[in-house]
Amino acid sequence: MPSLIEIRRRIRSFKNMRQITKAMKMVSAAKLRRAQDRVIAARPYTESMQRMLANVAQAVSEQNEDELHPLLARRPEDRIQILLVTADGGLAGAFNANVIRAAQKFMAERPNAQFKMELMGRKGRDFFARRHKDITGQHTTLFQKVVRYEDALDIARKVIERFEKGEIDAVYLIVNHFKSVMAPQLKLERILPAELPTVEPGKEDMRVDYIFEQPPAELLAALLPRYVEGQLFRAMLESYAAYQAARMTAMEAASTNAGELIDKETLNMNRVRQASITREIIEIVSGASALA
Amino acid sequence: MADTFTIEIATPERLLSREQATEAQIPAKDGYIGVLPDHAALLSSLGVGVLSYITPTNETHTMAVRGGFLEILNNCVRVLTDVAERSSEVDVAKAEQDLKVAQAAVVNPAAGIDIAQALIEMQHAQARIDAAQKG
Repeated sequence: MPSLIEIRRRIRSFKNMRQITKAMKMVSAAKLRRAQDRVIAARPYTESMQRMLANVAQAVSEQNEDELHPLLARRPEDRIQILLVTADGGLAGAFNANVIRAAQKFMAERPNAQFKMELMGRKGRDFFARRHKDITGQHTTLFQKVVRYEDALDIARKVIERFEKGEIDAVYLIVNHFKSVMAPQLKLERILPAELPTVEPGKEDMRVDYIFEQPPAELLAALLPRYVEGQLFRAMLESYAAYQAARMTAMEAASTNAGELIDKETLNMNRVRQASITREIIEIVSGASALA
Repeated sequence: MADTFTIEIATPERLLSREQATEAQIPAKDGYIGVLPDHAALLSSLGVGVLSYITPTNETHTMAVRGGFLEILNNCVRVLTDVAERSSEVDVAKAEQDLKVAQAAVVNPAAGIDIAQALIEMQHAQARIDAAQKG
């Protein structure tokens, strides 16, 4: 049976822990709010871009898709580039583990393909740096302050260049999206060869007769890289928001657990104290009765 | 006949404005385009320059933009640009310095420098200064 002092010490340390996890939850909540605002602020651009691309695609759709632009070229997927977006930190439940597991599963399902990996976020880097040979880039400072568009641009440009040169046949993005505060949603998207967004079904007949200041094919060529860059940037924003949400949930759970432990130990402590009091009384009573 | 149209200006990081306007001047790639309500559908690349529009309450908004796309459809003008600064946000001293650096690069190109890029930098710096002065 642990002594009273020991139990008291344990309770004190649980209380400290609860205080820390509570503080971390608050910090994450504040960061989440900001991250969420940025996700929302970035939405109009991506949405407009998608619509515009769909409209341009419609205007040039008489031609064969594969020949339109190098970024649309479909090849057998033998060499695949994976863009893995994790977070820089842990303490967020299965947030990073889910992404990493999805990447491993993805690779295991394609035994004949070669994989290049671009690792964004410290946790993914730590895991794959030793395990995977062909790593094209490691980024551990992307999420330190705010997610910057220039960072997304740099990475996207490099990947686009590799794709255009034919060094890789497809690019997949594995990332946690922010769906709700409770659960991040794991997404695996192919970003190259790009899929041209289509106009909403039922509206195909409403062809718009645009005045094209530049030839449509030229516009398409300018739009496509932007579209891919935008997708990556959005993924990074979403991932960061999802990370803060996951961390908040995890810290909330940790605080609750610490609370439960404190209650349990308090009960235990009272029991031990009661036992020692009872024992002392018995000793006194038996001592008195021996004298009598 | 509509009196106004919607103008929406967005960068990858934020939405700069989404409001009604009666008139707009937009720097398209091949020269400025003036937009009035009920403009025909149009698609274009965006150049570097000063974008301005007038709201129904007769306020003029000015901003410097740099590259991107422009779509006009159903009385809605969508400007997607890489970089945009409202005239009030421009740091004129910084823009003037950028302009000097870019001018020096264009006039006296160092080895390995991309002159086309330097020209864009120059135009962008100039546009920022212009926007700040107009705003």
